[in-house]
Amino acid sequence: MTDPSLPSSKVAQYTQKKATRELQEWLIQAVLFLAGFSCVATTIAIMYILISESVFFFQQISIWEFLTSTDWSPLFDPPGYGILPLVSGTLTTTLVALFVAVPMGTIAAIYLSEFASAKLREVVKPILELLAGIPTVVYGYFALLFVTPALQWLYAPMGPFLSGRFPDLFPVELSGFNMLGPGIVMGLMITPLISSISEDAMRAVPIGLREGSYAMGATRLQTALRVVFPSAISGISAAYILGISRAVGETMIVAIAAGLQPTFTFNPLESAATITAYIVQVSLGDLPYGSIEYQTIFAAGLTLVIVTLVFNIIGYFLSRRFRETY
Amino acid sequence: MVEISPRLHNFAGLEPKAEVKNLNFYYGGSVHALKNIDLVIPERKVTALIGPSGCGKTTLLRCFNRMHDLYPGNRYEGEILLDGVNILAKKIDPIEVRMRVSMVFQRPNPFPKSIYENVIYGLRVQGTSKRSILDDKVEQALRGAALWEEAKDRLADSAYNLSGGQQQRLCIARALATDPELVLFDEPTSALDPIATASIEDLMNELKQQVTILIVTHSMQQAARLSDYTAFMFLGELMEFNDTNLLFNKPIHQQTQDYVSGRFG
Repeated sequence: MTDPSLPSSKVAQYTQKKATRELQEWLIQAVLFLAGFSCVATTIAIMYILISESVFFFQQISIWEFLTSTDWSPLFDPPGYGILPLVSGTLTTTLVALFVAVPMGTIAAIYLSEFASAKLREVVKPILELLAGIPTVVYGYFALLFVTPALQWLYAPMGPFLSGRFPDLFPVELSGFNMLGPGIVMGLMITPLISSISEDAMRAVPIGLREGSYAMGATRLQTALRVVFPSAISGISAAYILGISRAVGETMIVAIAAGLQPTFTFNPLESAATITAYIVQVSLGDLPYGSIEYQTIFAAGLTLVIVTLVFNIIGYFLSRRFRETY
Repeated sequence: MVEISPRLHNFAGLEPKAEVKNLNFYYGGSVHALKNIDLVIPERKVTALIGPSGCGKTTLLRCFNRMHDLYPGNRYEGEILLDGVNILAKKIDPIEVRMRVSMVFQRPNPFPKSIYENVIYGLRVQGTSKRSILDDKVEQALRGAALWEEAKDRLADSAYNLSGGQQQRLCIARALATDPELVLFDEPTSALDPIATASIEDLMNELKQQVTILIVTHSMQQAARLSDYTAFMFLGELMEFNDTNLLFNKPIHQQTQDYVSGRFG
Protein backbone atom coordinates (compact mmCIF):
# COMPACT_ATOMS: atom_id res chain seq x y z
CA MET A 1 0.00 0.00 0.00
CA THR A 2 1.55 3.29 -1.05
CA ASP A 3 -1.24 5.76 -0.37
CA PRO A 4 0.44 8.79 1.31
CA SER A 5 -2.73 10.27 2.76
CA LEU A 6 -3.94 7.83 5.38
CA PRO A 7 -7.39 8.49 6.82
CA SER A 8 -7.07 10.36 10.11
CA SER A 9 -8.72 7.56 12.11
CA LYS A 10 -5.87 5.25 11.06
CA VAL A 11 -3.25 7.81 12.04
CA ALA A 12 -4.81 8.06 15.49
CA GLN A 13 -4.82 4.28 15.79
CA TYR A 14 -1.12 4.10 14.87
CA THR A 15 -0.22 6.82 17.37
CA GLN A 16 -2.12 4.94 20.05
CA LYS A 17 -0.23 1.72 19.21
CA LYS A 18 3.07 3.54 19.25
CA ALA A 19 2.38 4.97 22.72
CA THR A 20 1.53 1.52 24.09
CA ARG A 21 4.62 0.03 22.53
CA GLU A 22 6.85 2.74 23.97
CA LEU A 23 5.37 2.25 27.42
CA GLN A 24 6.02 -1.47 27.21
CA GLU A 25 9.58 -0.89 26.10
CA TRP A 26 10.12 1.54 28.93
CA LEU A 27 8.70 -0.87 31.52
CA ILE A 28 10.81 -3.77 30.33
CA GLN A 29 13.88 -1.58 30.28
CA ALA A 30 13.16 -0.43 33.83
CA VAL A 31 12.74 -4.01 35.09
CA LEU A 32 15.95 -5.14 33.40
CA PHE A 33 17.81 -2.15 34.77
CA LEU A 34 16.60 -2.83 38.32
CA ALA A 35 17.65 -6.48 38.09
CA GLY A 36 21.10 -5.49 36.91
CA PHE A 37 21.37 -2.65 39.38
CA SER A 38 20.51 -4.80 42.40
CA CYS A 39 23.72 -6.82 41.86
CA VAL A 40 25.80 -3.68 41.60
CA ALA A 41 24.06 -2.17 44.61
CA THR A 42 24.75 -5.26 46.71
CA THR A 43 28.42 -5.14 45.81
CA ILE A 44 28.62 -1.47 46.63
CA ALA A 45 26.83 -2.00 49.95
CA ILE A 46 29.18 -4.80 50.96
CA MET A 47 32.21 -2.72 50.05
CA TYR A 48 30.79 0.23 51.96
CA ILE A 49 30.31 -1.78 55.15
CA LEU A 50 33.70 -3.47 54.88
CA ILE A 51 35.49 -0.18 54.33
CA SER A 52 33.57 1.88 56.89
CA GLU A 53 34.06 -0.73 59.62
CA SER A 54 37.69 -1.16 58.68
CA VAL A 55 38.20 2.57 59.06
CA PHE A 56 37.44 2.23 62.79
CA PHE A 57 39.89 -0.64 62.98
CA PHE A 58 42.65 1.30 61.27
CA GLN A 59 42.07 4.29 63.55
CA GLN A 60 43.39 2.13 66.38
CA ILE A 61 45.83 -0.14 64.59
CA SER A 62 48.30 1.28 62.13
CA ILE A 63 48.11 -0.02 58.57
CA TRP A 64 51.84 -0.59 58.76
CA GLU A 65 51.47 -2.97 61.70
CA PHE A 66 48.55 -4.71 60.00
CA LEU A 67 50.53 -5.32 56.82
CA THR A 68 53.94 -6.19 58.22
CA SER A 69 53.56 -7.83 61.61
CA THR A 70 53.71 -11.60 61.55
CA ASP A 71 51.70 -12.05 64.70
CA TRP A 72 47.96 -12.45 64.42
CA SER A 73 46.45 -12.94 67.87
CA PRO A 74 43.70 -10.36 68.33
CA LEU A 75 41.98 -12.40 71.00
CA PHE A 76 45.03 -12.89 73.22
CA ASP A 77 46.95 -10.71 75.58
CA PRO A 78 49.00 -8.96 74.30
CA PRO A 79 47.12 -8.90 71.03
CA GLY A 80 48.81 -8.98 67.62
CA TYR A 81 47.24 -7.51 64.53
CA GLY A 82 49.44 -8.59 61.64
CA ILE A 83 47.48 -10.07 58.73
CA LEU A 84 50.47 -11.85 57.18
CA PRO A 85 49.94 -15.23 58.91
CA LEU A 86 46.41 -15.38 57.54
CA VAL A 87 47.57 -14.30 54.08
CA SER A 88 50.33 -16.92 54.05
CA GLY A 89 47.83 -19.61 55.09
CA THR A 90 45.42 -18.52 52.37
CA LEU A 91 48.08 -18.42 49.65
CA THR A 92 49.63 -21.75 50.66
CA THR A 93 46.37 -23.70 50.68
CA THR A 94 45.40 -22.02 47.40
CA LEU A 95 48.72 -22.94 45.84
CA VAL A 96 48.39 -26.57 46.92
CA ALA A 97 44.87 -26.64 45.51
CA LEU A 98 46.08 -25.22 42.20
CA PHE A 99 48.85 -27.81 41.97
CA VAL A 100 46.10 -30.41 42.05
CA ALA A 101 43.35 -28.68 40.12
CA VAL A 102 45.17 -27.03 37.21
CA PRO A 103 46.77 -30.18 35.78
CA MET A 104 43.79 -32.40 36.55
CA GLY A 105 41.19 -29.93 35.35
CA THR A 106 43.10 -29.15 32.17
CA ILE A 107 43.74 -32.77 31.31
CA ALA A 108 40.12 -33.68 31.98
CA ALA A 109 38.98 -30.80 29.78
CA ILE A 110 41.27 -31.83 26.92
CA TYR A 111 40.06 -35.39 27.19
CA LEU A 112 36.38 -34.47 27.29
CA SER A 113 36.60 -31.91 24.52
CA GLU A 114 38.94 -33.65 22.07
CA PHE A 115 38.99 -37.36 22.79
CA ALA A 116 35.80 -38.53 24.46
CA SER A 117 32.88 -39.59 22.30
CA ALA A 118 29.75 -37.48 22.46
CA LYS A 119 28.02 -40.24 24.39
CA LEU A 120 30.71 -40.52 27.04
CA ARG A 121 30.87 -36.76 27.42
CA GLU A 122 27.16 -36.59 28.05
CA VAL A 123 27.55 -39.04 30.91
CA VAL A 124 30.81 -37.84 32.43
CA LYS A 125 30.29 -34.09 32.37
CA PRO A 126 27.21 -34.01 34.62
CA ILE A 127 28.94 -36.37 37.05
CA LEU A 128 31.97 -34.10 37.18
CA GLU A 129 29.74 -31.11 37.74
CA LEU A 130 28.00 -33.00 40.53
CA LEU A 131 31.34 -32.93 42.38
CA ALA A 132 31.05 -29.16 42.49
CA GLY A 133 27.68 -29.47 44.17
CA ILE A 134 28.87 -31.38 47.23
CA PRO A 135 28.65 -29.14 50.32
CA THR A 136 32.11 -27.96 51.30
CA VAL A 137 31.61 -29.08 54.88
CA VAL A 138 31.59 -32.64 53.54
CA TYR A 139 34.86 -31.97 51.75
CA GLY A 140 36.21 -30.58 55.00
CA TYR A 141 35.55 -33.78 56.89
CA PHE A 142 36.84 -35.77 53.97
CA ALA A 143 40.09 -33.82 54.30
CA LEU A 144 40.26 -34.21 58.07
CA LEU A 145 39.19 -37.82 58.43
CA PHE A 146 40.46 -39.44 55.25
CA VAL A 147 43.04 -37.45 53.30
CA THR A 148 45.09 -36.27 56.27
CA PRO A 149 45.30 -39.75 57.86
CA ALA A 150 46.28 -41.15 54.47
CA LEU A 151 48.99 -38.49 54.15
CA GLN A 152 50.18 -39.23 57.68
CA TRP A 153 50.44 -42.90 56.80
CA LEU A 154 52.41 -42.07 53.66
CA TYR A 155 54.61 -39.58 55.50
CA ALA A 156 55.37 -41.74 58.53
CA PRO A 157 58.16 -43.86 56.94
CA MET A 158 60.06 -40.89 55.56
CA GLY A 159 59.33 -38.32 58.27
CA PRO A 160 62.26 -39.09 60.61
CA PHE A 161 64.73 -39.23 57.72
CA LEU A 162 63.56 -35.97 56.15
CA SER A 163 63.37 -34.08 59.42
CA GLY A 164 66.87 -35.31 60.24
CA ARG A 165 68.15 -33.81 57.02
CA PHE A 166 66.03 -30.66 56.88
CA PRO A 167 64.68 -30.04 60.36
CA ASP A 168 63.36 -26.63 59.42
CA LEU A 169 61.22 -27.91 56.57
CA PHE A 170 60.01 -31.31 57.64
CA PRO A 171 58.41 -32.31 60.93
CA VAL A 172 59.06 -35.78 62.33
CA GLU A 173 55.37 -36.56 62.21
CA LEU A 174 52.71 -34.97 60.08
CA SER A 175 50.26 -33.12 62.27
CA GLY A 176 46.58 -34.06 62.11
CA PHE A 177 45.99 -30.46 61.10
CA ASN A 178 48.07 -29.30 58.15
CA MET A 179 47.59 -27.27 54.99
CA LEU A 180 48.47 -30.07 52.57
CA GLY A 181 45.37 -32.22 53.18
CA PRO A 182 42.76 -29.47 52.88
CA GLY A 183 44.74 -27.96 49.99
CA ILE A 184 44.53 -31.23 48.06
CA VAL A 185 40.85 -31.63 48.81
CA MET A 186 40.20 -28.04 47.80
CA GLY A 187 41.99 -28.86 44.55
CA LEU A 188 39.66 -31.80 44.01
CA MET A 189 36.74 -29.51 44.66
CA ILE A 190 37.74 -26.90 42.06
CA THR A 191 38.87 -29.43 39.44
CA PRO A 192 35.36 -29.76 37.97
CA LEU A 193 35.04 -25.99 37.85
CA ILE A 194 38.27 -25.64 35.90
CA SER A 195 37.60 -28.59 33.62
CA SER A 196 34.06 -27.54 32.85
CA ILE A 197 34.91 -23.95 31.90
CA SER A 198 38.07 -24.99 30.03
CA GLU A 199 36.12 -27.61 28.12
CA ASP A 200 33.50 -25.06 27.10
CA ALA A 201 36.30 -22.78 25.91
CA MET A 202 37.92 -25.54 23.88
CA ARG A 203 34.67 -26.71 22.37
CA ALA A 204 34.03 -23.14 21.24
CA VAL A 205 37.15 -23.28 19.05
CA PRO A 206 35.85 -23.38 15.47
CA ILE A 207 35.81 -26.79 13.85
CA GLY A 208 37.65 -25.28 10.87
CA LEU A 209 40.78 -24.80 12.97
CA ARG A 210 40.74 -28.44 14.06
CA GLU A 211 40.20 -29.64 10.51
CA GLY A 212 43.03 -27.40 9.34
CA SER A 213 45.30 -29.15 11.80
CA TYR A 214 44.12 -32.66 10.98
CA ALA A 215 44.45 -31.92 7.28
CA MET A 216 48.17 -31.24 7.83
CA GLY A 217 48.58 -34.75 9.20
CA ALA A 218 48.37 -33.91 12.90
CA THR A 219 47.20 -36.47 15.42
CA ARG A 220 44.42 -35.87 17.91
CA LEU A 221 46.89 -35.03 20.67
CA GLN A 222 48.89 -32.66 18.46
CA THR A 223 45.71 -30.93 17.39
CA ALA A 224 44.53 -30.63 20.98
CA LEU A 225 47.82 -29.30 22.35
CA ARG A 226 49.08 -27.18 19.46
CA VAL A 227 45.90 -25.71 18.04
CA VAL A 228 42.86 -26.12 20.28
CA PHE A 229 44.53 -25.35 23.61
CA PRO A 230 46.28 -22.16 22.42
CA SER A 231 43.12 -21.04 20.66
CA ALA A 232 41.12 -21.43 23.86
CA ILE A 233 43.77 -20.00 26.18
CA SER A 234 41.76 -16.93 27.03
CA GLY A 235 38.83 -19.01 28.29
CA ILE A 236 41.16 -21.46 29.99
CA SER A 237 43.02 -18.75 31.87
CA ALA A 238 39.66 -17.37 32.96
CA ALA A 239 38.91 -20.84 34.35
CA TYR A 240 42.18 -20.84 36.29
CA ILE A 241 41.46 -17.41 37.74
CA LEU A 242 37.98 -18.46 38.78
CA GLY A 243 39.55 -21.51 40.40
CA ILE A 244 41.98 -19.28 42.30
CA SER A 245 39.18 -17.01 43.49
CA ARG A 246 37.21 -20.03 44.61
CA ALA A 247 40.21 -21.43 46.50
CA VAL A 248 41.03 -18.10 48.14
CA GLY A 249 37.46 -17.71 49.30
CA GLU A 250 36.96 -21.32 50.40
CA THR A 251 36.13 -21.50 54.10
CA MET A 252 34.82 -24.75 55.52
CA ILE A 253 37.51 -27.12 54.28
CA VAL A 254 40.36 -25.08 55.71
CA ALA A 255 38.46 -24.17 58.87
CA ILE A 256 37.88 -27.84 59.61
CA ALA A 257 41.12 -29.42 58.51
CA ALA A 258 43.93 -26.84 58.54
CA GLY A 259 44.09 -26.23 62.26
CA LEU A 260 42.96 -22.63 62.86
CA GLN A 261 46.45 -21.71 64.03
CA PRO A 262 47.56 -18.38 62.55
CA THR A 263 51.19 -19.13 61.78
CA PHE A 264 53.33 -17.20 59.36
CA THR A 265 54.53 -20.02 57.13
CA PHE A 266 54.38 -21.17 53.55
CA ASN A 267 55.14 -24.78 54.49
CA PRO A 268 52.09 -26.90 53.62
CA LEU A 269 53.09 -29.52 56.18
CA GLU A 270 52.35 -27.11 59.04
CA SER A 271 49.00 -26.15 60.38
CA ALA A 272 47.74 -22.64 59.77
CA ALA A 273 44.67 -20.50 59.44
CA THR A 274 43.35 -18.72 56.39
CA ILE A 275 41.57 -15.38 56.30
CA THR A 276 38.22 -17.07 55.76
CA ALA A 277 38.82 -19.63 58.48
CA TYR A 278 39.64 -16.86 60.94
CA ILE A 279 36.48 -14.98 60.07
CA VAL A 280 34.28 -18.01 60.59
CA GLN A 281 36.10 -18.86 63.80
CA VAL A 282 35.60 -15.49 65.50
CA SER A 283 32.17 -14.93 64.02
CA LEU A 284 30.97 -17.89 66.03
CA GLY A 285 32.20 -16.43 69.32
CA ASP A 286 30.48 -13.72 71.35
CA LEU A 287 32.48 -10.69 70.42
CA PRO A 288 31.16 -7.43 71.82
CA TYR A 289 29.82 -5.26 69.02
CA GLY A 290 32.14 -2.41 68.14
CA SER A 291 35.14 -3.84 69.97
CA ILE A 292 38.48 -3.99 68.22
CA GLU A 293 38.25 -7.78 68.09
CA TYR A 294 34.93 -7.44 66.35
CA GLN A 295 36.38 -5.07 63.80
CA THR A 296 39.22 -7.45 62.90
CA ILE A 297 36.58 -9.41 61.01
CA PHE A 298 36.01 -6.50 58.68
CA ALA A 299 39.68 -5.75 58.23
CA ALA A 300 40.29 -9.40 57.37
CA GLY A 301 37.26 -9.43 55.09
CA LEU A 302 38.49 -6.36 53.27
CA THR A 303 41.89 -8.00 52.78
CA LEU A 304 40.16 -11.06 51.33
CA VAL A 305 38.14 -8.96 48.90
CA ILE A 306 41.26 -7.12 47.80
CA VAL A 307 43.20 -10.37 47.26
CA THR A 308 40.34 -11.78 45.16
CA LEU A 309 40.01 -8.52 43.29
CA VAL A 310 43.70 -8.52 42.43
CA PHE A 311 43.43 -12.03 41.00
CA ASN A 312 40.35 -11.10 39.01
CA ILE A 313 42.09 -8.08 37.55
CA ILE A 314 45.13 -10.17 36.64
CA GLY A 315 42.78 -12.67 35.03
CA TYR A 316 41.00 -9.96 33.11
CA PHE A 317 44.22 -8.68 31.62
CA LEU A 318 45.56 -12.16 30.97
CA SER A 319 42.51 -13.18 29.03
CA ARG A 320 42.59 -9.91 27.09
CA ARG A 321 46.24 -10.38 26.35
CA PHE A 322 45.62 -13.87 24.92
CA ARG A 323 42.29 -13.26 23.29
CA GLU A 324 42.27 -14.42 19.72
CA THR A 325 39.65 -13.63 17.14
CA TYR A 326 39.18 -16.61 14.91
CA MET B 1 11.43 -33.42 -13.33
CA VAL B 2 15.04 -34.43 -13.51
CA GLU B 3 15.74 -37.11 -15.98
CA ILE B 4 18.82 -39.21 -15.31
CA SER B 5 20.47 -40.41 -18.47
CA PRO B 6 23.70 -42.44 -18.72
CA ARG B 7 26.73 -40.72 -17.29
CA LEU B 8 29.25 -39.44 -19.76
CA HIS B 9 32.93 -39.32 -18.95
CA ASN B 10 35.82 -38.61 -21.21
CA PHE B 11 38.92 -39.97 -19.51
CA ALA B 12 40.75 -40.76 -22.75
CA GLY B 13 44.44 -40.04 -22.87
CA LEU B 14 44.78 -38.73 -19.32
CA GLU B 15 47.80 -39.36 -17.12
CA PRO B 16 46.18 -40.05 -13.76
CA LYS B 17 47.59 -38.82 -10.47
CA ALA B 18 44.55 -40.18 -8.71
CA GLU B 19 41.73 -42.41 -9.81
CA VAL B 20 38.36 -42.83 -8.17
CA LYS B 21 36.81 -46.23 -8.80
CA ASN B 22 33.18 -46.96 -8.09
CA LEU B 23 33.19 -44.83 -4.92
CA ASN B 24 30.17 -44.76 -2.65
CA PHE B 25 30.11 -42.76 0.52
CA TYR B 26 27.66 -42.82 3.43
CA TYR B 27 27.36 -40.16 6.14
CA GLY B 28 26.64 -41.57 9.59
CA GLY B 29 26.02 -44.95 8.03
CA SER B 30 22.75 -43.96 6.40
CA VAL B 31 22.89 -40.92 4.10
CA HIS B 32 24.11 -42.10 0.72
CA ALA B 33 26.05 -38.98 -0.31
CA LEU B 34 28.19 -40.24 -3.18
CA LYS B 35 26.95 -42.77 -5.69
CA ASN B 36 29.17 -44.91 -7.89
CA ILE B 37 31.71 -42.20 -8.64
CA ASP B 38 34.35 -42.86 -11.28
CA LEU B 39 36.85 -40.08 -11.84
CA VAL B 40 40.38 -39.48 -13.02
CA ILE B 41 42.46 -36.61 -11.59
CA PRO B 42 45.14 -35.85 -14.17
CA GLU B 43 48.66 -35.20 -12.99
CA ARG B 44 49.77 -31.55 -12.71
CA LYS B 45 46.49 -30.22 -13.97
CA VAL B 46 43.69 -28.33 -12.32
CA THR B 47 40.51 -30.34 -12.07
CA ALA B 48 37.37 -28.54 -10.96
CA LEU B 49 34.35 -30.10 -9.27
CA ILE B 50 31.20 -28.11 -9.96
CA GLY B 51 27.53 -28.65 -9.29
CA PRO B 52 24.61 -27.26 -7.31
CA SER B 53 24.64 -27.05 -3.50
CA GLY B 54 24.35 -30.44 -1.84
CA CYS B 55 25.47 -32.35 -4.91
CA GLY B 56 28.35 -33.95 -3.00
CA LYS B 57 31.31 -32.14 -4.48
CA THR B 58 32.80 -31.16 -1.12
CA THR B 59 32.03 -34.63 0.21
CA LEU B 60 33.98 -36.12 -2.68
CA LEU B 61 36.87 -33.71 -2.14
CA ARG B 62 37.11 -34.66 1.51
CA CYS B 63 37.42 -38.34 0.61
CA PHE B 64 40.82 -37.62 -0.94
CA ASN B 65 42.44 -36.81 2.43
CA ARG B 66 40.14 -39.02 4.49
CA MET B 67 38.67 -36.08 6.41
CA HIS B 68 35.49 -38.11 6.88
CA ASP B 69 37.42 -40.43 9.20
CA LEU B 70 37.32 -37.68 11.84
CA TYR B 71 33.64 -38.22 12.47
CA PRO B 72 32.14 -41.49 13.62
CA GLY B 73 29.86 -43.59 11.45
CA ASN B 74 31.04 -42.42 8.02
CA ARG B 75 31.72 -45.19 5.53
CA TYR B 76 33.51 -45.44 2.19
CA GLU B 77 32.99 -48.15 -0.40
CA GLY B 78 35.14 -48.43 -3.47
CA GLU B 79 38.62 -47.13 -4.13
CA ILE B 80 40.62 -43.96 -4.55
CA LEU B 81 43.98 -44.81 -6.06
CA LEU B 82 46.79 -42.36 -5.43
CA ASP B 83 49.70 -43.38 -7.63
CA GLY B 84 48.03 -46.77 -7.89
CA VAL B 85 47.61 -47.35 -4.14
CA ASN B 86 44.13 -47.42 -2.64
CA ILE B 87 44.16 -44.74 0.06
CA LEU B 88 40.77 -45.79 1.36
CA ALA B 89 42.08 -49.23 2.36
CA LYS B 90 41.69 -50.14 6.03
CA LYS B 91 45.41 -50.67 6.51
CA ILE B 92 46.31 -47.20 5.24
CA ASP B 93 46.82 -44.63 8.01
CA PRO B 94 44.77 -41.49 7.23
CA ILE B 95 47.50 -39.37 8.81
CA GLU B 96 49.95 -40.57 6.16
CA VAL B 97 47.42 -39.79 3.45
CA ARG B 98 47.05 -36.26 4.82
CA MET B 99 50.81 -35.75 4.76
CA ARG B 100 50.72 -36.40 1.01
CA VAL B 101 47.42 -34.69 0.22
CA SER B 102 47.07 -31.14 1.55
CA MET B 103 43.91 -29.14 1.84
CA VAL B 104 42.93 -25.48 1.67
CA PHE B 105 39.57 -24.66 3.21
CA GLN B 106 36.65 -22.45 2.36
CA ARG B 107 37.39 -19.94 5.10
CA PRO B 108 40.99 -19.01 5.86
CA ASN B 109 41.82 -20.94 9.02
CA PRO B 110 45.29 -19.91 10.22
CA PHE B 111 46.24 -21.12 13.68
CA PRO B 112 46.72 -18.71 16.60
CA LYS B 113 50.46 -18.69 16.02
CA SER B 114 53.06 -16.64 14.20
CA ILE B 115 53.18 -16.60 10.41
CA TYR B 116 56.35 -18.67 10.60
CA GLU B 117 54.84 -21.33 12.85
CA ASN B 118 51.73 -21.51 10.69
CA VAL B 119 53.73 -22.32 7.59
CA ILE B 120 55.80 -25.05 9.21
CA TYR B 121 52.92 -26.57 11.17
CA GLY B 122 52.82 -29.69 8.97
CA LEU B 123 56.57 -30.18 9.30
CA ARG B 124 56.44 -29.69 13.05
CA VAL B 125 53.79 -32.35 13.51
CA GLN B 126 55.91 -34.65 11.37
CA GLY B 127 58.74 -34.08 13.81
CA THR B 128 61.06 -31.83 11.78
CA SER B 129 62.79 -29.40 14.12
CA LYS B 130 66.02 -28.46 12.40
CA ARG B 131 66.03 -24.70 12.14
CA SER B 132 67.84 -24.45 8.81
CA ILE B 133 65.40 -26.82 7.09
CA LEU B 134 62.42 -24.99 8.56
CA ASP B 135 63.76 -21.58 7.56
CA ASP B 136 64.26 -22.76 3.99
CA LYS B 137 60.80 -24.29 3.85
CA VAL B 138 59.15 -21.14 5.15
CA GLU B 139 60.72 -19.04 2.45
CA GLN B 140 60.03 -21.60 -0.26
CA ALA B 141 56.40 -22.09 0.74
CA LEU B 142 55.70 -18.39 1.19
CA ARG B 143 57.25 -17.66 -2.20
CA GLY B 144 55.13 -20.45 -3.64
CA ALA B 145 52.05 -18.83 -2.17
CA ALA B 146 53.10 -15.33 -3.37
CA LEU B 147 53.22 -14.07 0.18
CA TRP B 148 56.96 -13.85 0.78
CA GLU B 149 57.43 -10.20 -0.14
CA GLU B 150 54.60 -9.10 2.13
CA ALA B 151 55.44 -11.37 5.03
CA LYS B 152 59.22 -11.72 5.13
CA ASP B 153 59.73 -8.87 7.60
CA ARG B 154 56.96 -9.95 9.94
CA LEU B 155 57.34 -13.72 10.19
CA ALA B 156 57.08 -13.55 13.97
CA ASP B 157 53.80 -11.61 13.86
CA SER B 158 50.52 -13.32 14.60
CA ALA B 159 48.85 -14.71 11.51
CA TYR B 160 45.70 -12.92 12.61
CA ASN B 161 47.29 -9.59 11.70
CA LEU B 162 47.09 -10.51 8.02
CA SER B 163 44.18 -9.58 5.77
CA GLY B 164 41.68 -12.23 4.67
CA GLY B 165 43.33 -12.77 1.29
CA GLN B 166 46.78 -12.91 2.89
CA GLN B 167 45.49 -15.40 5.45
CA GLN B 168 44.22 -17.63 2.67
CA ARG B 169 47.58 -17.41 0.91
CA LEU B 170 49.19 -18.28 4.25
CA CYS B 171 46.97 -21.35 4.40
CA ILE B 172 48.10 -22.24 0.89
CA ALA B 173 51.72 -21.82 2.00
CA ARG B 174 50.98 -24.09 4.95
CA ALA B 175 49.50 -26.65 2.58
CA LEU B 176 52.55 -26.43 0.29
CA ALA B 177 55.23 -26.63 2.97
CA THR B 178 54.94 -30.40 3.30
CA ASP B 179 55.59 -30.91 -0.44
CA PRO B 180 52.22 -32.49 -1.13
CA GLU B 181 51.51 -34.39 -4.34
CA LEU B 182 47.88 -33.36 -4.48
CA VAL B 183 46.34 -30.18 -3.09
CA LEU B 184 42.60 -29.99 -2.42
CA PHE B 185 40.91 -26.60 -2.56
CA ASP B 186 37.44 -26.37 -1.04
CA GLU B 187 35.89 -23.20 -2.47
CA PRO B 188 39.07 -21.31 -1.52
CA THR B 189 37.87 -17.88 -2.60
CA SER B 190 34.27 -17.88 -1.46
CA ALA B 191 35.13 -15.80 1.63
CA LEU B 192 37.36 -13.35 -0.28
CA ASP B 193 36.89 -10.13 -2.21
CA PRO B 194 37.43 -10.04 -6.00
CA ILE B 195 41.00 -8.73 -5.82
CA ALA B 196 42.10 -11.37 -3.33
CA THR B 197 40.25 -13.95 -5.44
CA ALA B 198 42.20 -12.92 -8.55
CA SER B 199 45.51 -13.26 -6.71
CA ILE B 200 44.58 -16.74 -5.44
CA GLU B 201 43.58 -17.79 -8.95
CA ASP B 202 46.87 -16.52 -10.42
CA LEU B 203 48.62 -18.45 -7.72
CA MET B 204 46.83 -21.68 -8.58
CA ASN B 205 47.78 -21.29 -12.21
CA GLU B 206 51.41 -21.13 -11.10
CA LEU B 207 51.06 -24.04 -8.73
CA LYS B 208 49.88 -26.53 -11.28
CA GLN B 209 53.44 -26.63 -12.65
CA GLN B 210 54.41 -28.51 -9.50
CA VAL B 211 51.36 -30.17 -8.02
CA THR B 212 48.08 -31.72 -8.98
CA ILE B 213 45.12 -29.58 -7.97
CA LEU B 214 41.54 -30.54 -7.28
CA ILE B 215 39.24 -27.64 -6.60
CA VAL B 216 35.61 -27.42 -5.57
CA THR B 217 34.02 -24.20 -6.69
CA HIS B 218 30.62 -22.62 -6.72
CA SER B 219 31.58 -20.19 -9.41
CA MET B 220 31.35 -21.51 -12.94
CA GLN B 221 33.44 -18.58 -14.18
CA GLN B 222 36.17 -19.63 -11.79
CA ALA B 223 36.02 -23.21 -13.00
CA ALA B 224 36.16 -22.02 -16.59
CA ARG B 225 39.07 -19.65 -15.94
CA LEU B 226 41.14 -21.93 -13.81
CA SER B 227 40.69 -25.54 -14.63
CA ASP B 228 41.93 -27.84 -17.33
CA TYR B 229 39.26 -30.43 -16.63
CA THR B 230 35.86 -30.16 -15.05
CA ALA B 231 33.58 -32.67 -13.42
CA PHE B 232 29.91 -31.84 -13.03
CA MET B 233 28.15 -33.47 -10.10
CA PHE B 234 24.45 -33.74 -9.43
CA LEU B 235 22.60 -35.43 -6.55
CA GLY B 236 25.64 -37.39 -5.43
CA GLU B 237 26.50 -38.60 -8.91
CA LEU B 238 29.22 -37.57 -11.28
CA MET B 239 27.23 -36.61 -14.35
CA GLU B 240 29.86 -35.51 -16.77
CA PHE B 241 33.62 -35.18 -16.89
CA ASN B 242 35.48 -33.54 -19.72
CA ASP B 243 38.05 -31.04 -20.83
CA THR B 244 36.85 -27.74 -19.34
CA ASN B 245 36.34 -26.07 -22.72
CA LEU B 246 34.30 -28.95 -24.04
CA LEU B 247 32.25 -29.27 -20.89
CA PHE B 248 31.30 -25.62 -20.90
CA ASN B 249 30.85 -25.18 -24.63
CA LYS B 250 29.51 -28.53 -25.73
CA PRO B 251 27.92 -30.15 -22.72
CA ILE B 252 26.54 -33.51 -23.68
CA HIS B 253 24.24 -33.97 -20.77
CA GLN B 254 21.00 -32.02 -20.35
CA GLN B 255 21.64 -31.30 -16.62
CA THR B 256 25.16 -30.10 -17.39
CA GLN B 257 23.82 -27.86 -20.09
CA ASP B 258 21.22 -26.40 -17.73
CA TYR B 259 23.75 -25.85 -14.95
CA VAL B 260 26.55 -24.25 -16.96
CA SER B 261 24.08 -22.02 -18.77
CA GLY B 262 22.79 -20.85 -15.39
CA ARG B 263 19.31 -22.31 -15.62
CA PHE B 264 19.61 -23.77 -12.12
CA GLY B 265 22.17 -24.00 -9.39
